[in-house]
Amino acid sequence: MLQQVTANKSEARSDKHVVGRMSQHLRRLESESITIFREVAAEFRKPVVLYSIGKDSSVLLHLAMKAFSPGRLPFPLLHVNTTWKFREMITFRDERARALGVDLIVHINEEGVAQGINPFASGSALHTDVMKTQALRQALDKYGYDAAIGGARRDEERSRAKERIFSHRSAMHRWDSKNQRPELWHVFNTSLAPGESMRVFPLSNWTEMDVWDYIAAENIPIVPLYFAAPRPVVTRDGTLIMVDDERMPLNPGEQPEMEWVRFRTLGCYPLTGAIRSRASTLPAIIDEMRSSRTSERQGRLIDSDAAGSMEKKKEQGYF
Amino acid sequence: METVLLHEQSELVYDAPALRFITCGSVDDGKSTLVGRLLYDSKLLLDDQLDTLKAESKIHGTTGGNIDFALLLDGLQAEREQGITIDVAYRFFATERRRFIVADTPGHEQYTRNMATAASNAELAIVLVDARKGVITQTLRHSYILSLFGVRHIVLAINKMDLVGWSSDRFQSIVDDYCDMASRIGIPDVTCIPICARDGDNIFTRSKTMPWYVGPTIVEHLENVEVLSELENLPFRLPVQWVNRPNADFRGFSGRVANGVVRQGHSIASFPSGRVSKIARILTADGEAEVATEGQAITIVLTDEIDVSRGDVLAPTDAAPIVADEISGHIVWFDDSAMIPGRRYTLKCAGRKIGAVVSRLKHRVNVNTLDQQAATSLSMNEIGHVTINLEGALVCDPYTKNRETGGFILIDTINNRTVAAGVIETARRHAVDVRWQNLNVDGARRAMIKHQRPCVLWFTGLVGSGRSTIANLVEQRLCDLGRHTYLLDSHNLRHGLNRDLDFSTEARVESVRRTAIVAKLLYDAGLITLVAMLSPLRVDRQMARDLIGDGDFIEVHVATPLEECERRDPGGLYQRARTGDLPNFTGIDAPYEPPLSPEISIDTSGQTPEAVADRIVAYLQEHRYL
Repeated sequence: MLQQVTANKSEARSDKHVVGRMSQHLRRLESESITIFREVAAEFRKPVVLYSIGKDSSVLLHLAMKAFSPGRLPFPLLHVNTTWKFREMITFRDERARALGVDLIVHINEEGVAQGINPFASGSALHTDVMKTQALRQALDKYGYDAAIGGARRDEERSRAKERIFSHRSAMHRWDSKNQRPELWHVFNTSLAPGESMRVFPLSNWTEMDVWDYIAAENIPIVPLYFAAPRPVVTRDGTLIMVDDERMPLNPGEQPEMEWVRFRTLGCYPLTGAIRSRASTLPAIIDEMRSSRTSERQGRLIDSDAAGSMEKKKEQGYF
Repeated sequence: METVLLHEQSELVYDAPALRFITCGSVDDGKSTLVGRLLYDSKLLLDDQLDTLKAESKIHGTTGGNIDFALLLDGLQAEREQGITIDVAYRFFATERRRFIVADTPGHEQYTRNMATAASNAELAIVLVDARKGVITQTLRHSYILSLFGVRHIVLAINKMDLVGWSSDRFQSIVDDYCDMASRIGIPDVTCIPICARDGDNIFTRSKTMPWYVGPTIVEHLENVEVLSELENLPFRLPVQWVNRPNADFRGFSGRVANGVVRQGHSIASFPSGRVSKIARILTADGEAEVATEGQAITIVLTDEIDVSRGDVLAPTDAAPIVADEISGHIVWFDDSAMIPGRRYTLKCAGRKIGAVVSRLKHRVNVNTLDQQAATSLSMNEIGHVTINLEGALVCDPYTKNRETGGFILIDTINNRTVAAGVIETARRHAVDVRWQNLNVDGARRAMIKHQRPCVLWFTGLVGSGRSTIANLVEQRLCDLGRHTYLLDSHNLRHGLNRDLDFSTEARVESVRRTAIVAKLLYDAGLITLVAMLSPLRVDRQMARDLIGDGDFIEVHVATPLEECERRDPGGLYQRARTGDLPNFTGIDAPYEPPLSPEISIDTSGQTPEAVADRIVAYLQEHRYL
């Protein structure tokens, strides 16, 4: 019934997503985010943007470029590569960095690679811990960043809904969720003791829908995997997994099949569920989103390891 | 069901910014339940979230296995386990008429700072009251903070009406109580609604059990309330956040327009300098523009090369902000350790950070009676009226005129915690009349003719540690070496400079402050200055260090253990303290915070004072002070 309504109305609504037209709602969010970027540039010694290549990172990078225009982005991008990202993500990452003329630093946990950590044999929890959480901490320590800007949003998950925009981390990268600094008006307490750092979330007040509306309004490039296309997938525990390269071990009798799918979030391909979809344009994606009955994190296998697992991971230094 | 998804909204509503509101009130008044209801009834809960909620309601729920909406908001493990809200949760929902960002705030007094965090950015607040309990202290405290932070639209939601038999009399008596108090603290607009959040009465749909209530439901009110900003009509303010200077041809001043409207060609001045220029270009997020208004993040290019840096404010000359070195207003104290006048903090306001000393606590507000009480300190969650002296010029406005240039926080200089938030009510510039006279002879010249490098040796340690004896011997040795010195011993200062001060915590803070300032003067005179003072607290010694400057401040911890000091017991003081004869005695019933990284630390046990003094002189020689 709902699908029907959506389809009938899509024609009349399409003019809302024309490039260059933006609602007052998005303008306010945009201004707030730009203000946050500038505060980071003014207050920290060595900031970095954590770039994860997904749609939120695309918006983050777009806002960062605006914040410092006509100047250059005054800090580099850091991509923590687990070596299991979709190949299209890596291609997109390098193209964007080149096109925008920004510095891109890629960090891989080489110890983890040497130990043969991977999502299949090691399981998603260990893989995520070693190749994402530990890797991020390694990179932050190696380069001595005192502020790491990320694209997390409060509507993603309920422990994120509790987090400050400027979120303090101890010298051990820990988040003390029960004792966060008060954060009043737009006056951010950016003071740090030696070794401590700040995680900064300019998209805190954005929703997933806002991100899509903004991408449409500003015509921001995103990884093609967000658009529906025929892709080789297998079904595991009810989740559609794309076979992105030959490293994926197939079970006996398992045969990848071409299906029309797209991704709502992007991460390590063995841990990211696809959804069946024919939405191959932005307006079609936005329509599909509006009638969705599941949250975007449902497709992320790492979040379902244990109740409260995001909070636990964050306390240990996960983004 | 009346609610529909976003896509059926009218164009106009689709365009408007989200209404930002909070829910507040005491523990168990039903804040989280109300927000859970709003999300549930607006169909914003998605299937997988609902499944998780149902499963968790069975484990942690307080509603006998039915859906416990509070669990939806309590996103931290500790909150779900203890069944309380610790910190703010921000959630998003929309009806067919409006978008909303709601902040669900904690009710416990202990977490008032988190409620204040959410209130500072809210346009509207729903104050919940349990119909059985009526208006209680926490209702008043939260309402006072709302008033202080200028939240103009208040909804009083009287919840759990089912438990008072849906009584209109009970409703009316709570309304009368609340409105009486609201008018006294300057809340202009209160909308009172009787609800039952658990069952949804008067949330989205009208209650069938309370036909006597004819006003709007919660959602009707939220959809229709006008929160149009008056800020555009106030004079233009741009606190400069960041100077954008990519190359020699471009120099722009970036910030968010805090008030008013700015146009190309307008005359503008930069404060505190007061230098005047004109707007050459305005760059917005959408490129070059002729006009920019309140809330926009912009970059301004001026026609002249005037000096502007972060923390300065661009404003019109005919409606200038205040350039102040003293501000007064109310603060809410957040920290476990009490606020004591005389302490030094870092004040942050509109991008400027300045050293600040709370010079006076005029009164504390009793939130129950709204009385002003005399007080010497503020404990956690207390509200007081203070005067703050600033070490530099702050460009500001009264908070009622501008939230961005009128709201400030205080940061602890040692542990970096945000210890207070405040609103500026009045601001003055003292130094206009008492101008700093520039002198032709400076500290360096005075030191040069004495052929020495001045510094401050700060001896701290317990009673009986030997700090006075050792400081005395060190000064003697320095004089023997032909150095110009002066020793400030706290015992001697009590006969003059500090005669009016007793041994209370407040008086100790003040005595350290005075002594540090005198030490600074002697240092500036070119002397090697020795201070022998118990000075038990880190924050006070840090203040002295900041005042002198890191390189020339030598903290000497005379680290004799308490047992040894007590064995020596000069004047029998410890014995008197142990019998309760001398209350507030450092090391016994008052804390001593040893330095974390002193330049010199010496335990005098088993050493002669002469040997210790020799070691200190050796340190000064090694580090080229002599």
